[in-house]
Order: sequence, then structure tokens, then C-alpha cells
Amino acid sequence: MNPRFEPITGRYLHLDLLDRPHRLYVEEAGVGIPLLCLHTAGSDARQFRGLMNDPRVTSGFRVIAFDMPWHGKSSPPAGWQDAEYELTSRDYVRMIVEVADALALDKPVAMGCSIGGRIVLHLARECPERFRALIGLESAAHTDPYYDVSWLNRPDVHGGQVCAGVVSGLIAPAAPATERWETLWHYMQSGPGVFKGDLHFYMIDGDIRDRVDDIEIDRCPLFLLTGEYDYSCTSEATLDIAKRTGAPAIIMKGLGHFPMSEDPEKFVSYLLPVLEEIRAL
Amino acid sequence: MIDKIGSLVNADANLVRRGRFVDTTFMIAIDDAYTLIRVQEGRVIEVTPGPFITPDYSFVLRASRTVWEKFWQPLPPPGFTDIFALVKQKLMRVEGDLHPFMANLLYFKDVIAAPRKEAAR
Repeated sequence: MNPRFEPITGRYLHLDLLDRPHRLYVEEAGVGIPLLCLHTAGSDARQFRGLMNDPRVTSGFRVIAFDMPWHGKSSPPAGWQDAEYELTSRDYVRMIVEVADALALDKPVAMGCSIGGRIVLHLARECPERFRALIGLESAAHTDPYYDVSWLNRPDVHGGQVCAGVVSGLIAPAAPATERWETLWHYMQSGPGVFKGDLHFYMIDGDIRDRVDDIEIDRCPLFLLTGEYDYSCTSEATLDIAKRTGAPAIIMKGLGHFPMSEDPEKFVSYLLPVLEEIRAL
Repeated sequence: MIDKIGSLVNADANLVRRGRFVDTTFMIAIDDAYTLIRVQEGRVIEVTPGPFITPDYSFVLRASRTVWEKFWQPLPPPGFTDIFALVKQKLMRVEGDLHPFMANLLYFKDVIAAPRKEAAR
């Protein structure tokens, strides 16, 4: 194989986030409309590697993804060792807005998956004027806990192994093995308690069932895409949001909970028409 | 299908390697038909069909025959591809001492799904 660099560049951004200094790792590729990508719980921005390497996407969009604090190559804030990490709706919304401001993004499109697919619903309700469009991947208004999340962070169980084990079945069975295991590797590398801390938002604090009807898609277009094999954010849950908001929803065949990472090629075939619609707005 | 689980697991050297620290007996309940599966160093060394008077095991997975049969199809439909999918839909219960199960989750998921390989033949 000839050695080659990907078109992705990564840099560390210093900024005040949630009133504290932070050091965040930010990757980007492409030119055009800013497309701010939000990774899933307990993972990091590498999930968007397929998008950032696809010229069909990057020719019209500046694809940007940051590792949330505690995740990937971003650091937790100083003093992290003295507190339990728990993501809240309030902090998550603020984080996205503050990162977009720090990067001076002009009305970006925000696209998030899972917890990211949930938070775009909060963004749609709380600050739609800040975004050109919102894309929810694997969006559900709420997910009840279906296992005891305390297993994810205890010293007698390997955190990387159990986090990957918990999410492995969310990947569609026909996903290419390389992309499946790359997706699981990111989970295996997550810091102790980080996935569990994100699930505080996903399973408790981020419940938006009683406010979905407040979302007005004429203030900011919302697009929903969900993999048919996702049993965490189910097709039914996504279609319920679509019904209540009027947002278009696509159920993606042969994909699961991590579409952009488990099978980038298949996912991009579903995403391109949505991006075309956004370009035409 | 459950009777073949030993040979299917033991023929998969990589699966056995991943389970090399597993030493436990677990139970699979298909309706009210019970099977005890003894694992040592990642190998299935004994598969014992019930009935039992006082079964001794760490954890048990319980589901109906219809659910297990769907789960063990070579390519199960959405909602039946994974143990946690079944648990979330309340089609399966996982009970008992879950420590060996959760500490070796990727291993046990593949062990329990092993009959799919037989179904695919």
C-alpha cells in the first residue's frame, strides 16, 4: 500500500466551556456549509471518519467533529478526579453552542447520533435560530434503562470490555467486520465511567417526551434517520417524533445504532439526499 | 440446537481464547426445558439437559422457545439479533449472579449465539 494522509486535520482547541477552561480535540475536513457532528455516548469523533473521507460530503460541507470533554483525545476539566462525571441536558446544549461560537461557525448544521440524536431535539426546541438545519441520527425522545448501568464502571469488571459488550448488538448484523470492530474499539478505549456518565443524559436527564410537541420545524428544519436494527433508539421512537413534529424520517435498511461508523458507505447513501435538501434551503 | 453448543464453541479457537478466564456454569431455559452449560478456560466442557432438582449455576437466560428460535436464525430479524434487544423488549430475563456474564459479555454473547452457525449449515 502506498502511504497516504487522509484529508482530515485535527487540532486542540483551548476554550472556556461551561465556565471552566477546557482543552478539546477537534477534527475537520471539507469546505462549505459547516456540519457539526456529535458522537455517541462513550465514544468519540472518530465515528465520523467515513464522512470526512468522502468527497461527496466534503465537497459541499465543512465537516467538523469534536471529542466531548472526557472523551477521545479531549481532556476532562482540571479537578475531574474529585467528581463523578454526569452529562446533563443543560450542559450538553451549552457545550454545543459554546463550541460553535468558539469556532465562529455561521449557522452550522448540527448532526448528532444517539445522545447526539437526542440533543438535537433539545437544540430544535431551545435555540433553533442558531442552526441552519438539524439532523438526528438514532433519535428517540427517551430511552428507559434496560440494564443496570453500574456494571459499566466498577473495578472488578473491565470497563472497555463491558462497554463494547453492551453496545455490540446495536450494530447491524451485516455491517463490515472492520468497521464493526473499529466502532467497538472506540468504546473499549473510553475512560472509566464516561459512558455511564453520558447515559445519565440518555436514560434520565435528557427525557424530552413532554416537550417534543414544542419543536417547530419551520424555525429550523429537522431531519431524522434511524437504523432498522437499532433497538435502543427504535424506529418506532423516531417515527413518533416525526409524527409529532412533522419532521421527515427515514428508516435505514441494514444499519444499526452507529450508522456513520458501522457502515459509512451505506450511511452516506442515506445522508446525501438530506444534505442536498439542506444545500437548497 | 443447544446440544451442539459445546462443539460449536470449542471449534472456534478465537472465541475460546477470548473466554480463557471464564470458569462457570450457566443455564439456558427454553420455556421450561433447562440446560446447564459448564465452561472452563473458555471451553464448554459439559452440556447437561434437565430436568434438575437443585440446579447449581451462576446465571440463567430465560426465554420462550419461539424467541430462542428467532434469535438462533442465521440472520435474525431486527429486535432478535442480541440478548439485550430481547431483554429490552422483556422477551428474555437474565437472572442470578451476573458478574461472570457481564465481565465476559462479548464472549458470552458469542457463546449463546453459537447455534446460529449450526442453523446456517
